[in-house]
Amino acid sequence: MGLSASQIPEAPKKDLPLWDVKLGELPKWVGRRDISPTGVYFAFKRAELKFHNKYVHVKRGGIAPYAMMLTGYCIISYIWSYDHLKHDMLRKHH
Amino acid sequence: MLSRLAARSAAVVAQQNHGARVCVVAPSRLFHCSGQHGRPIEPLPEEGGKVRMGVFPEEWFQFFYKKTGVTGPYVFGTGLLATLMSKEYIIVNNEFIAGGIFVGFVVYCVRNFGPTVATYADKLRQERVDFIDNKKGRFLTDCENAIETEKKEQWRAEGVDYLFEAKKANVAMQLETAYRERVHEVSNAVKRRLDYQLDVENTQRRMAQEHMADWVVNNVVSSITPQQEKEAIAKCIEDLKRMAKAS
Repeated sequence: MGLSASQIPEAPKKDLPLWDVKLGELPKWVGRRDISPTGVYFAFKRAELKFHNKYVHVKRGGIAPYAMMLTGYCIISYIWSYDHLKHDMLRKHH
Repeated sequence: MLSRLAARSAAVVAQQNHGARVCVVAPSRLFHCSGQHGRPIEPLPEEGGKVRMGVFPEEWFQFFYKKTGVTGPYVFGTGLLATLMSKEYIIVNNEFIAGGIFVGFVVYCVRNFGPTVATYADKLRQERVDFIDNKKGRFLTDCENAIETEKKEQWRAEGVDYLFEAKKANVAMQLETAYRERVHEVSNAVKRRLDYQLDVENTQRRMAQEHMADWVVNNVVSSITPQQEKEAIAKCIEDLKRMAKAS
């Protein structure tokens, strides 16, 4: 990962996770985020570490994390290549 | 893990709580690689996070369950898929069909061969873990072997006394041999000298005898006169005649 776990600063602990945030409070929640490049980088690193600790760094892991990453990659690459793929549309009149 | 680290380094926590989110350089400690931790490392979780249908995290279904019940996420997923296909955001072309077949093939392989592969991987991991856990046992075995070797060496060291005795006897025998060889040598030398003296004596006596014999013979021969010689020859002839008569 490049960084060891101890080198990634921890997120503010008292804040809510994103799923528990009400829609109305979302702008304030985003305002409390650290959106500097360093902060975003470390947020991604935290997410990566959390993902690894949950799915990869276990005694008897499966292919689930790889399947998830592969699925995500498929979706993203589908979105990226949609401009080419949309010429294969079957509809004719709208 | 991170919370534990933060709890330990209070300075980091203080700075974070005050919103001073500079890039704090935490003490660089590698939890699973270094000997610096002060408490036992927590064991790894046995299983990873649960997923449904291979890829969807269980938490997503729980998130839906509170609001829509059990079937909610499935209905949502089916509806989403139907919408995307209806609006042709998902385009059904040859690649879509090929991809579907490929996914089916992967699912078939995972269902069929997954358990076997998992068992094999578990076996490999367990062997590795046993090998690492047994470090103490291997160390004990090495120590026991070292003790055995040490005892054997001590037993061999006792035998060195016998070896030393034997070597001493050997040296004594060599000394005796050398002594006897020299005595023999001395006696030989003495005998040679005595033999020489004996030979000298014998030779001198023999030469004296020969010389005396020659001298006597020469004197006797030189003392014979011609008259005596004639008489001797006449006497010899007379003897011959008498012998001839007698025969």
